[in-house]
Amino acid sequence: MKSLLSFVLLPLILAGCGASPWNSPYPAADEGRNIAYSSFTERPKHLDPAQSYSSNEIAFIGQIYEPPLQYHYLKRPYTLIPLAASELPKALFLDAQGKPLSADSAPEKIAYSVYEIHIKPHVRYQPHPAFARDAGGNFLYHHLQAPDLAKIHKLADFPQTGTREMEAADYVHEIKRLAHPKLNSPIFGMMSEYIVGLKEYAETLAKAQQALPPGGYLDLERYPLAGVEAVDRYTYRVKLKGKYPQFLYWLAMPFFAPVPAEADRFYGQPGMAEKNLTLDWYPVGTGPYLLSENDPNRRMVLEKNPHFHGENYPTEGEPGDAAAGLLKDAGKPLPFVDKAVFSLEKENIPYWNKFLQGYYDASGISSDSFDQAVRVAAQGETDVTEMMKAKGIRLQTTVTASSDYYGFNMLDPVVGGLSERARKLRQAVAIALDYDEFISIFANGRGIPAQGPLPPSIFGFRDGAAGINPYVYDWIGGKAKQKPVEYAKKLLAEAGFPEGRDAQTGRPLLLYLDITANGPDDKARLDWIRKQFQKIDLQLVVRNTDYNRFQDKIRRGNAQIFHWGWNADYPDPENFLFLLYGPNARVGKEGENSANYENPEFDRLFERMKNMDNGPERQLIIDRMVEIARRDAPWIWGFHPKQYALYHAWYRNIKPNLMANNGLKYVRIDAELRARERREWNRPVLWPLGLLALALGAAIVPAVVVYRRRERMAAR
Amino acid sequence: MINYLIRRLLYAIPILVGVNLLTFALFFVVNTPDNMARIHLGIKHVTPDAIAKWKHERGYDKPLMWNATAAGAQKAADTIFFEKSVRMFAFDFGRSDEGRNISYDIQTRMWPSLAIALPVFAIGLLVNITFAMLMAFFRATYIDFAGVVLCVAMMSISGLFYIIGGQYLISKLLHLTPISGFDGGLNAFKFVVLPVTIGVIGGIGAGSRWYRTIFLEEATRDYVRTARAKGLSELAVLFGHVLKNAMIPILTGAVVVIPLLFMGSLISESFFGIPGLGSYTIDAINAQDFAIVRAMVFLGSVLYIVGLILTDISYTLVDPRIRLE
Repeated sequence: MKSLLSFVLLPLILAGCGASPWNSPYPAADEGRNIAYSSFTERPKHLDPAQSYSSNEIAFIGQIYEPPLQYHYLKRPYTLIPLAASELPKALFLDAQGKPLSADSAPEKIAYSVYEIHIKPHVRYQPHPAFARDAGGNFLYHHLQAPDLAKIHKLADFPQTGTREMEAADYVHEIKRLAHPKLNSPIFGMMSEYIVGLKEYAETLAKAQQALPPGGYLDLERYPLAGVEAVDRYTYRVKLKGKYPQFLYWLAMPFFAPVPAEADRFYGQPGMAEKNLTLDWYPVGTGPYLLSENDPNRRMVLEKNPHFHGENYPTEGEPGDAAAGLLKDAGKPLPFVDKAVFSLEKENIPYWNKFLQGYYDASGISSDSFDQAVRVAAQGETDVTEMMKAKGIRLQTTVTASSDYYGFNMLDPVVGGLSERARKLRQAVAIALDYDEFISIFANGRGIPAQGPLPPSIFGFRDGAAGINPYVYDWIGGKAKQKPVEYAKKLLAEAGFPEGRDAQTGRPLLLYLDITANGPDDKARLDWIRKQFQKIDLQLVVRNTDYNRFQDKIRRGNAQIFHWGWNADYPDPENFLFLLYGPNARVGKEGENSANYENPEFDRLFERMKNMDNGPERQLIIDRMVEIARRDAPWIWGFHPKQYALYHAWYRNIKPNLMANNGLKYVRIDAELRARERREWNRPVLWPLGLLALALGAAIVPAVVVYRRRERMAAR
Repeated sequence: MINYLIRRLLYAIPILVGVNLLTFALFFVVNTPDNMARIHLGIKHVTPDAIAKWKHERGYDKPLMWNATAAGAQKAADTIFFEKSVRMFAFDFGRSDEGRNISYDIQTRMWPSLAIALPVFAIGLLVNITFAMLMAFFRATYIDFAGVVLCVAMMSISGLFYIIGGQYLISKLLHLTPISGFDGGLNAFKFVVLPVTIGVIGGIGAGSRWYRTIFLEEATRDYVRTARAKGLSELAVLFGHVLKNAMIPILTGAVVVIPLLFMGSLISESFFGIPGLGSYTIDAINAQDFAIVRAMVFLGSVLYIVGLILTDISYTLVDPRIRLE
């Protein structure tokens, strides 16, 4: 028994040697170090700034690449400030003849906008073999042959690295890469509508690529792009068609970060892609962190960039930030954390338990864990439960800049169109769906019912009585209250469907919902939706389908009612209202307006609004647009989800910023406290193992006795 | 035997072509190249030009199986099926639709899979045979009865329950091993203990019951009675005769799965955060990455065929009466 115990315990004891708890998933040597720990559920597909768009990709490259601008970490509403740029660029407007126009010129007179961007000098790239040179100044790794790559399996296998100063030409190079025939930049289509010459540039590059031998390197430096040029070492210029003030928001995304041509040349060599050595997997940036370990199947590790040019923690924020301790580090050099480890965690149960054990610094809350983590008071206020409080865990909530909605296909003969009949039918359905109930049942209260297309935190959103959708809600007792079902039935009758039947034929009105609902909780959700329609005597047929078919139906306009959502690209009302802009319809125009809504007045107003600066005049136009959309009701506006996040006591300087993607540099960790808490929470419990050994022994002894007795028995 | 092996390997070719054809047909019944492009390019701002470019880049802009516009042999050769299939027979899996080298990924991911699957297989086999022998030794007693009841009960419990229950008990309550994760080299040990323990325990029910049946069948044979009559101890009878003669059915079940151990386990790897091959295929199906799906199905088929051949060879090793011709 003793030997059995040793066999079971010895490896565990060996594994548990050191200060680290036995169940720690991290090396004992890292215990107490200034490292941030978090997870990712889906492996990133692209880390190339020209291609990355998903939040799970930008979570990494946002810390590595530095576009010209960034969002202020603390200020709200979201405010753009310089990052790699030395100042916020201002647009110079030109008419069709190239003559300068004043800033307040009418948008229709503006033929071009020119942004001259000045970047900070003395910013250097992270150490990278693409920059390594020999004593003669020649690149060490730009002419690799197959034998040179024989022992190279990852980037760290190159013994030499180098660096150089970031230049304006690197920004120009990246904009050119958006049109590269081998890259599929998701914003190329849209940017080619704005950046002068980008569309033609793509054609030029495609021809040049075809003329190259297989595996040949397409040197973008040989092909100038008409609308983008480097003016000097630290200045570049982008020329856009018309007025497009939202371009500044794009300048805060990694699509416009600098990429050195050396990197393309280095990774473009034969044999590199076969070893997964590509810019898509090994970024080259100037930001506070560099990707030191890239194993998307297991973990990604970011470490401090030794060449980081330096940046300081913000010295001002919103009122209340100082009291919340968010300005304690004001003016201190960034980043605070030496290293960030992201572990792949596909399943929620281990992820949640690891957070509770202290192995992740922050966590979202799934529906399964909600009751364990959050307590909702009678007045609706939320706080963490006593168990979470005992661990020092804090809760932060914020309404996301996104919408979850049901859309009506406006091309559908029954629910579509701008006739009074169809409008009333849609309004009646919108009243029938009780989103307060939906949020309470299916989202644990994590959301607010939407009153229109704009979520809070976006300019144009109105709060309180002035902000309610008067076609669906009444303002009663200081709160928005859904109109009664009887009112919806009255609207339905006025639409020609009294008691849910066609007044002319007497047939019941069948409506069809197209949805991709394959999760375990979806059945309950679909039952709830059917019940909401039944409240006004309508029958809903749910056409549950796979993602591909669903997309096809939406694209062809074959859906009638569908479930959809939108996350803001940037905090501008244009990024939401364009979802209802007629020329942006899905059918025939491949736009993002999935409802195919088209209202001439709305479209006219949108064209005016989109190029305006925020101000009272823009607010008036937005108010009018929102009113038109609410009346026409092309969507059941749905809800704006609320993000709930839990943070351990040692995780500091946290303020949810839904637009910024480079927040890691502001985070501070109290590694000592974390190590202490981890040890306290994860003391190994050994007595059950002893009990198990005893039980085994107790079972073996009688068996041995029986065996010996049998062996001694005489044959019968 | 060499002739036999060559013949079996040649038989494998039409099987592999058939499997490849079936995978291709099933995949493209539910996915079109346009769908694949949309999944890879994301939901926002995807233009028809971007889709066309994506398809062209990866050769998905060709006809699926028959190119009516081409001439001669090109009618079959200038198609997605032909171009994507031929190289696989040389084990050149090419690149995934997101651009990664598949062979490299397989080579990297098979080791973590093996780190779990191999000990589960070996220890599981040992534990199951031992437990089955114990039941066979105490056959028709309360110990045997209790063992069978325990086996049936363990068989009836879902594998997921073992995983979640094991994680809860060992990692969450007792704090003995990490709940999930993986590391390289010797550091892998502490991550492997829990999934291996759970894997072994989860397999005891079905495995032991199966081996018990085999042993009991052997135990009633004449040679066993003769051995006992000669005065051999029960342990000598069981280990010296019964186990030896029960090897053929044991090998039938065991050897065939050895090559497939490389492929890993989907659920186990997913819950324990093991970066193995188990989740590679299912991730590819979700991402509609045909290049990986076809490579993994092909590899699975090859390994299965290899497993069957190894099983045949193993028969000759344990039973001298068998000759492969």
